[in-house]
Amino acid sequence: MHPIFAAAMVVGVSTSIENDRPPPRRVALFVTCLVDLFRPAVGFAAVKLLEEAGCTVEVPPLQVCCGQPAYNTGDRATTRAIAMQVMDAFEGYDAVVAPSGSCGGMLSHHYPALFDDDPALKARAEDLAARSHELISFLVDVLNVDRVAARYDGTVTYHDSCSGLRELGVKEQPRRLLGSVKGLALREMKTPEVCCGFGGTFCVKYPEISNAMVGEKSADIAATGADTLLAGDLGCLMNMAGKLQREGSAVRVRHVAEVLAGMGDLPAIGEPEAGAR
Amino acid sequence: MQSTAHAFKDNVGAALADPNLQDSLSKLKVGFSERRRQAAERLPEFEALRDRARDIKNHTLANLDFYLEEFERKVTALGGHVHWAPTAADARRIIADLCRSVGARTVAKSKSMVAEEIALNEHLEELGIAPIETDLGEYIIQLRHEPPSHIIAPAVHLTKDQVADTFLEHHRKLGFDKRLTERNDLVAEARYVLRQKFLDADVGLTGANFLVAETGSSMLVTNEGNADLSNTLPRMHIVLASIEKVIPTLEDAAVLLRVLARSATGQESSAYTTLNTGPKRPGDLDGPEQYHVVLLDNGRSGVLGTEMQEILRCIRCGACMNHCPVYGAVGGHAYGWVYPGPMGAVLTPQLVGVEEASNLPNASTFCGRCESVCPVRIPLPKLMRHWREREFERHLTPRAVRQGLALWSFVARRPGLYRSLTAIANRMLSLFGRAEGRYRSLPLAGGWTRFRDFPAPPSGGTFHAQWKATRKQP
Repeated sequence: MHPIFAAAMVVGVSTSIENDRPPPRRVALFVTCLVDLFRPAVGFAAVKLLEEAGCTVEVPPLQVCCGQPAYNTGDRATTRAIAMQVMDAFEGYDAVVAPSGSCGGMLSHHYPALFDDDPALKARAEDLAARSHELISFLVDVLNVDRVAARYDGTVTYHDSCSGLRELGVKEQPRRLLGSVKGLALREMKTPEVCCGFGGTFCVKYPEISNAMVGEKSADIAATGADTLLAGDLGCLMNMAGKLQREGSAVRVRHVAEVLAGMGDLPAIGEPEAGAR
Repeated sequence: MQSTAHAFKDNVGAALADPNLQDSLSKLKVGFSERRRQAAERLPEFEALRDRARDIKNHTLANLDFYLEEFERKVTALGGHVHWAPTAADARRIIADLCRSVGARTVAKSKSMVAEEIALNEHLEELGIAPIETDLGEYIIQLRHEPPSHIIAPAVHLTKDQVADTFLEHHRKLGFDKRLTERNDLVAEARYVLRQKFLDADVGLTGANFLVAETGSSMLVTNEGNADLSNTLPRMHIVLASIEKVIPTLEDAAVLLRVLARSATGQESSAYTTLNTGPKRPGDLDGPEQYHVVLLDNGRSGVLGTEMQEILRCIRCGACMNHCPVYGAVGGHAYGWVYPGPMGAVLTPQLVGVEEASNLPNASTFCGRCESVCPVRIPLPKLMRHWREREFERHLTPRAVRQGLALWSFVARRPGLYRSLTAIANRMLSLFGRAEGRYRSLPLAGGWTRFRDFPAPPSGGTFHAQWKATRKQP
């Protein structure tokens, strides 16, 4: 068994979600391409949180990407083709859950408008949109989870990623669950709602502007005195982690799901693995 | 105004390296957004008013021909004149002819972005007519020969020290040889210098925030009162406004005014709200003898009925740029034309051509903050995306981006191939990166690693590979 998964299992013993358990739901995890490639622990943390909330979690094998690289470049034909592939992959599940507000928002807010000229496909897209959720808001708003039993000894600050915040209304949900994590103190930034400058391909198409934005974000993070930065989207996290580390900051960067699932002892994003040196 | 939007990337480099600009922007970013937030919180019905404002503008745009003609009828009945200007050149010619008809030597102007759009000042100067900017910000940038950097605060890119130097340089010849350092003293000096120019002006030229169809009035809001002197003292008052400024009724104006000032500056109401309704009537103590309204189209009617129509709801409050992190990083001049920020990123490609302004709708993270504060709920990110789609259709998207996207798309549409390739990429990135945990440079990722480290994935494989190894699919 992989160590990440083993860690999740061990912590899982002490984690319980004290709530009226909803009936098990057949939930499909939309892993997202960044989590798949760069931070699999986020996916395992999501599985753990969903299972503990009473869900049966499956990972449909035909999933790849939500299509945002094409969508945000203006390539509508490719976006539609990928959206149809996603609709096929996630057919029939009670819910589709992504550990990302950006990818979750793509499915739940942007897919239907891609098929305005095709009523049958639009109906399918709307059906998928209605079933699609960002992980933390799904736990809190749909499954009524209001606490986790994880422990994290540290002071954290939380960045509100744009799509989750403004398209999906993810704001209080992660803070509520973080409030139940033992040992954890939350210290807010001055402007947690201002974009970090990632923006998908934006950060490499306009690197100077992106750098100015993430530089301002890292100063805001540093001013909190927190030792850990959390957020709900891996793209933003990689951007902020990369900037903080380039500046020599000691702030550790993690996906909020990892901390909520009791996996906060893994090496942080961009940190070397123990014994790898 | 000559566009430099094509040089956006160079403009950005210059803006980021300008310490005065960065100093000014750091104040703007906090000030405007905080004041707007407080103003919105103080008014419980603010969100409902935004809906009404949107609906009023949508209704007007759906019946634009009707309301424009209604406005013209009313203005004419009052003894004023309406001039239709399909293009910027038409508007310049109409205004120049009007100025020459009264032998004008100077024109007192209040701030008008439409006048910037048609490059009116340069045109008047060529004809030997001196335009005098009377809005303090516009006056400062006129002295400095700079374009505005913000639609409601045209000199917001400057520091107080820069203004002090500019005044000393230009006012010395008028006898003001002391370098002022206090804000109020600078304002007082400008006011003194400008007062005589108001009295001397032959023509007053103003923009309009709204044109009210039911009364034939043009409506202006300012905080300086300069527009009121511009339109009452000279013999001729010319209103220059674009066609989407018309609204049906005064009742509608009341709704729009309530969201405008709050969104723009966080004020409940601007200091001056002035209605100009025709020329001086018999028995009036003051007012212009002639009242002209120049209605500019300049490409706007081409937006009607298209997916971009919603941009014509814009009431020019500036909230989108005040809340935009890209504007906050680079300021208004980088956008290269009259309208910066998110509304400019949508409007400029329409007015100067998408080839010229292709960068503007791309230079956005789609963070959505602009849409969240827009008083008339324009879906600015969606409209910027429409421009990206048009660029892609017309092969204006840079070749490297198109090729990269085509390659990615080929792989992303073949899940089996995608899994194999990501497994290899994950393995390589993990193998060479895990000792450090990150890369300081990475082939093909220079845009990222120039400013940031790139996190390496931990060992163990992709999520999908690990999932397959540890769990059986049901």
